[in-house]
Amino acid sequence: MSEKNELKFSDSLMQFINEWKEKPGNLIMVLHKVQGELGYVSREAAEKVSELLDVPLAKIWGVVTFYHFFKLTKPGKYNIAVCLGTACYLKGGDKVIETVEQTLGIDCGQVTKDGKFSLESVRCVGCCGLAPVMTVAGEVFGKLTKDMVPTILSRFE
Amino acid sequence: MAFRNYILVCGGTACESSRSKEIYENLKAEAKKQGVEDVVQVVQTGCFGFCEQGPIVKILPEDSFYVKVQPSDAAELIAEHIIKGREVKRLLYDKDKASKHAQVEDIKFYQKQFRIVLRNCGFIDPENINEYIARDGYAALERALFDMTPDDIIAELKTAGLRGRGGAGFPTWMKWNFSKNVESEIKYVVCNADEGDPGAYMDRSTLEGDPHSILEAMTICGKCIGAHKGFIYIRAEYPLAIHRLEVAMKQSRELGLLGHDILGSGFDFDIEIRLGAGAFVCGEETALLQSVMGRRGMPVPRPPFPAVKGLWDQPTVINNVETWANIPVIIHKGGEWFSKIGDADSHGTKVFALTGKICNSGLVEVPMGTTLREIVFDIGGGIAHGKKFKAVQTGGPSGGVITTENLDTPIDFGSLIKIGSMMGSGGMIVMDEDDCMVDVAKFYLNFTVDESCGKCMPCRIGGKTMLGILEKITAGNGTMHDLDQLTEIGETMKKSALCALGQTSPNPVLSTMRFFRDEYLAHIVDKKCPAGKCKKLVTYSIDPAKCKGCTACARRCPVEAISGTIKQPHKIDTSKCIKCGECLKTCKFGAVSVH
Ligand SMILES: Cc1cc2nc3c(=O)[nH]c(=O)nc-3n(C[C@H](O)[C@H](O)[C@H](O)COP(=O)(O)O)c2cc1C
Ligand code: SF4
Ligand code: SF4
Ligand code: FES
Ligand code: FES
Repeated sequence: MSEKNELKFSDSLMQFINEWKEKPGNLIMVLHKVQGELGYVSREAAEKVSELLDVPLAKIWGVVTFYHFFKLTKPGKYNIAVCLGTACYLKGGDKVIETVEQTLGIDCGQVTKDGKFSLESVRCVGCCGLAPVMTVAGEVFGKLTKDMVPTILSRFE
Repeated sequence: MAFRNYILVCGGTACESSRSKEIYENLKAEAKKQGVEDVVQVVQTGCFGFCEQGPIVKILPEDSFYVKVQPSDAAELIAEHIIKGREVKRLLYDKDKASKHAQVEDIKFYQKQFRIVLRNCGFIDPENINEYIARDGYAALERALFDMTPDDIIAELKTAGLRGRGGAGFPTWMKWNFSKNVESEIKYVVCNADEGDPGAYMDRSTLEGDPHSILEAMTICGKCIGAHKGFIYIRAEYPLAIHRLEVAMKQSRELGLLGHDILGSGFDFDIEIRLGAGAFVCGEETALLQSVMGRRGMPVPRPPFPAVKGLWDQPTVINNVETWANIPVIIHKGGEWFSKIGDADSHGTKVFALTGKICNSGLVEVPMGTTLREIVFDIGGGIAHGKKFKAVQTGGPSGGVITTENLDTPIDFGSLIKIGSMMGSGGMIVMDEDDCMVDVAKFYLNFTVDESCGKCMPCRIGGKTMLGILEKITAGNGTMHDLDQLTEIGETMKKSALCALGQTSPNPVLSTMRFFRDEYLAHIVDKKCPAGKCKKLVTYSIDPAKCKGCTACARRCPVEAISGTIKQPHKIDTSKCIKCGECLKTCKFGAVSVH
């Protein structure tokens, strides 16, 4: 870590950090904001947060790795989250994931070579009435069948 | 009230995902275009609970209940229903009945329901504080601030007999009383909106549909125990709920219902949102408090209980969303009124997220003491696709299965424990004959093993070991000794794990072993999965007598495991077959079977 940290946070992010700096228990909120801006928490970003909040880097890694929501690697342009909560699992969420994997040629947790899609499984997005469900770039698609997957993905360019 | 009609468009997450926003906008535009914008008000509400049939549009005062509405239906709804006063039959839920009025009353899904927690969901625009106030909102806060002492408030809760809805069912008044009685300048109020049970969304819908009820309740608690600061800990996965809470907090601050000197009473109370980050264990209260403080969400031993020593070591009342949502009603209508709802064991109502293999999947709120049969068959409309009912899981990954023989058990805290399950937070997953109970147990255990924070040994090692055994069994390598081992490890975990995650994670396994021992035996002794779910134990085959040689399955098979010439019986090469089940679904002649 000898070279200088070149990463720049946007003004709004810096403003948020300054606002929260003195509040107790701010770390998770700040990391949410960082991930919201960068899509993940990179090493540089974590180092920068460590400097700005004056929190040891080890503590930041401890938190980032503990919580599933924080990503350590850059996701694709469109992140696909297939629900594997109970309702979705019983209704074939595992088949949906297999189909996405086959369609994109990646495994769960990977990013396509062109960086367009990344795929993860999540636990319940709170639309169980529509099971099985997946979200693509935050948009919810419900009552999925295998055949619908390629059509939905082709809408994201 | 200048409006003749009100059009309520569902703005819950499920309906929004099927373009309810566009419906809302189109309805407004059409009302304007057709010149009736002055007589009709279009409102976007929270979830109606009937998500399965969404997007939902309800028109008042006729109470017409329209389902599966498309944005393109807007013009017709305005022209027919609003202008000509004729219901649009093809969109009504119960088309055949075609009753002109009170559709909602006719719908079985709503008949046995009783709404306290969801009283405003689907009735008001959650982003407009005036609509909440118009339905007695903030009346309870006013009463608590001006007419009640802290002890009055506690007495009211005690009379009501409200027990926590987050799972454990602890009497709410006791918690508040503990915190109230501790001498301290600083105290906290926390709302647990982490809703970790995968397959449950009661809290989400409440927050999205009626955010003010939570703010009001937390403020009442603040007044009661002497706290000035509240936190809502909510899953980051619930963006709409977060947004609605933010809007609600802003509006109530503007009206002096939150913040400094509330309603001129001299009492200060404000609330902040803290986001969860996808760790199930953070739903557990001590872990949650760690997370609010920005740390890793690891549980800490109790006692001391948070009510005495919680956030930053100060007394902290933590309640679940649904518990909070009950508070304003209890204060407003009185504990006496509340205590008459429900049965002897448990008072009030419970909201369930009814999902899985059920016809009418959705949110249901019923008085305590309603039977499972009423929920599954009357409200839920029974099992989808004419399949046979097998079991219901309540309590999510901490709970157990309820089978046919217990369908008539009243649903309350005590009865569910007696039959080996638990109330839990409200997930209610219905399973049918196609679901393998060993697989379901494995699914839940997989979840809790994934979510174990790793702090204590019994949970970290025990869970993994049990999961390994289940994997062995579902792969056809199980022995009878494995069953004994599962019981032994499970019982040990129950006794020795640090937090309730580890203590309860063996429950789905132990419960399915108790009620579906035959299915375990089929996997172990016969090396068969009766439901055909465990891939390693099933084989697909084609009955030559039934096969017409249409080739449909061969074309569908992703790995070309099916061979045969047209009009001749086909054959599956079991060494190539990946057991995807496509051929079974494809064959119109019932020639493909799975064993
Ligand atoms: C592993 C685990 C997960 C939990 N998840 C939740 C949850 O998501 N929401 C919730 O309200 N309570 C959850 N609880 C229960 C809380 O620990 C606590 O009992 C509850 O917030 C108290 O509120 P109540 O008295 O209003 O029910 C969980 C408990 C455990 C052990
Ligand atoms: S679909 Fe059925 S009838 Fe047609 S070839 Fe396959 S098994 Fe035979
Ligand atoms: S189960 Fe799937 S892989 Fe096996 S034969 Fe049928 S279609 Fe082919
Ligand atoms: S289980 Fe998939 S949305 Fe709830
Ligand atoms: S989201 Fe519309 S009915 Fe539930």
